[in-house]
Amino acid sequence: MQRRIYLDNNATTMVDPKVKALMDPYFCDHYGNPNSLHKFGTEIHPAIADAFDKLYEGINARNEDDIIVTSCATESNNWVLKGVYFDEIYTGKKNHIVTTEVEHPAVGATCKFLETLGVEVTYLPISQNGIISAEQVREAITPKTALVSIMWANNETGLIFPIEEIGAICKEKGVLFHTDAVQAIGKIPVDVVRANVDFLSFSAHKFHGPKGIGALYIRSGVPLTPLLHGGEHMRGRRSGTLNVPYIIGMGEAMKLACDFLDYEKEVIGRLRNKLEDALLEMDDVFVIGDRLHRVPNTTLISVRGIEGEAMLWDLNKAGIAASTGSACASEDLEANPVMVAIGADKELAHTAIRLSLSRFNTEEEIDYTIEVFKKAIQRLRNISSSYGA
Amino acid sequence: MAKNDLIGGALWDAYSNKVSQRMDNPTHLGVLTEDDAKVKDAKLVVADYGAEACGDAVRLYWLVDKNDVIIDAKFKSFGCGTAIASSDMMAELCLGKKVQDAVKITNLDVEHALRDDPDTPAVPGQKMHCSVMAYDVIKKAAGIYLGKNEEDFENEIIVCECARVSLSTIREVIKLNDLKTVEEITNYTKAGAFCKSCIKPGGHEERKYYLVDILRDVRAEMEAEKLKENIQKSASGELPFKEMTMVQKVKAVDKTIDDTVRPMLMMDGGNMEIIDIKDTSDGYIDIYIRYMGACNGCASASTGTLFAIENVLQENLDKNIRVLPI
Repeated sequence: MQRRIYLDNNATTMVDPKVKALMDPYFCDHYGNPNSLHKFGTEIHPAIADAFDKLYEGINARNEDDIIVTSCATESNNWVLKGVYFDEIYTGKKNHIVTTEVEHPAVGATCKFLETLGVEVTYLPISQNGIISAEQVREAITPKTALVSIMWANNETGLIFPIEEIGAICKEKGVLFHTDAVQAIGKIPVDVVRANVDFLSFSAHKFHGPKGIGALYIRSGVPLTPLLHGGEHMRGRRSGTLNVPYIIGMGEAMKLACDFLDYEKEVIGRLRNKLEDALLEMDDVFVIGDRLHRVPNTTLISVRGIEGEAMLWDLNKAGIAASTGSACASEDLEANPVMVAIGADKELAHTAIRLSLSRFNTEEEIDYTIEVFKKAIQRLRNISSSYGA
Repeated sequence: MAKNDLIGGALWDAYSNKVSQRMDNPTHLGVLTEDDAKVKDAKLVVADYGAEACGDAVRLYWLVDKNDVIIDAKFKSFGCGTAIASSDMMAELCLGKKVQDAVKITNLDVEHALRDDPDTPAVPGQKMHCSVMAYDVIKKAAGIYLGKNEEDFENEIIVCECARVSLSTIREVIKLNDLKTVEEITNYTKAGAFCKSCIKPGGHEERKYYLVDILRDVRAEMEAEKLKENIQKSASGELPFKEMTMVQKVKAVDKTIDDTVRPMLMMDGGNMEIIDIKDTSDGYIDIYIRYMGACNGCASASTGTLFAIENVLQENLDKNIRVLPI
């Protein structure tokens, strides 16, 4: 049987077997609707309360704050942007949003949509070190700014944005602050109080929870028009029957993610560095972003002369799952927007390969990956018209 | 959009076995040199197309003998699996052909040659552009050999490069079949069915011509032509009331009323005006009128007078006219 090595954990992660075990009884044994008055419903309450405790603890939310369960971070991001539109912009109070050029499409595409409704959006460019500065945010804020929405860590490069400083500026200026923390949770400590965030989005499947469930943190007292109307679930903030097993799974996944933070930093960080170092030994191989400012599991590697999808093809043949930053494997062929924004060598924009590790990867897998990678570089550079020609 | 489109991914599953095999083991990969040319008493042609910065690049090598026949062909490629496989097939298709014939190889020929069976595309739609690049490099090579520009080999303006559909074909199909949507153009011509870059701006490649613009312009031309024809028919009295423009309808109704009805009403101190004309979904033409002067409040305004007005309009203009006083 062929080996299967999963190094695409920024796309999604394996559900931790402990998470799955905790979810299992809530499909067939304890399947009541928690909003029901009878015992089938009420007997579930303690498990849901326990899951919420883990979520609140995981991001250091206060009891008076809200963490509303959503279907994913995309929904959470849409909710914040569209909710703020209805609360602050549609009413004519304000008309401006500040974000970055490298947000996930869940933020970027939603901003583009809001622009069609007359909203002014400032897309901050990242610097050559791959991030934005808090001062850029300060300069972009105007009296008409309703919201600042900036990711905590970038999905392609793993680079960490200065969220605490940005949060402090937004607080000082009286502007709402949202962060998409989907790539930060489980990789670095996330503390909503220290960071002064008003809204924070995350998805369970990025930290070994199930797919199709996420959450939105809303600081106490901050209004937000619901995205989904229709019932009294979550006190009317987000209608829709609670996804009980998944909420329980997300809670446990959050707890485990926090428990493994040190492991992530020490062990996964070391494996990532080992992989990077080995590949950097080869000619014309580059890593995007300073290692010290990245989440420990991510590396975005460019191999001159090899188009990203071609490299993915060879890795896949050897059983290794990675991702291309060049988007060539998807339906559009635009160059990696992060690499373009960084202003990196334009020739390299289509050569990026993202490798993202998890706590389930082993040293032996990394050794094998290095070996496969080196062979693939050799083979594909031999085909390449742009390398060594 | 359809059920199968709702699930993403599986791009590689849509590659034919031939594409996969040639990606893994390209048979015509390599370089040809002046020394190779000397040995075979041939001319070396080296052509580049695309660039690494654009995401795809290919270099084609030919050895061409004194009779213009391509006796050897090799390639190098910076690109994805389909770019490598189609470059490999492109090189193979060139072999043994005269340069003047090789230039007739299109991307569709390359794609068809990569199929495992004649009815199943070798690559998914969004990857068709990779075979286009292979086609473009042939033109480049032929241009170098024959001392011509690439454009000299293209008589038509090509809008959809994946399906090789020209501007004139698209314009003609829209006009002949009264097409109203881009989807209809795609169904009739396959233009826009593959990588979709030619549909509208914002695709993965910028284009000079987009289907949305062509459709808009041709429809505008068709409307203008129709209006012109309409005016001519109207002037010669050949235009049926139903086909008139709204302005023409109002004028025609007014003229009929002026000629036959209004004098009669005015004799009794009354009058009327047309408020609106509407084509109904069930095939009638409803004409809304308002009575004026003595007609206002007259007992026969909703019976005899109304029927008389309706009859006159039905006989003179269209039997489906209904008159509705408001």
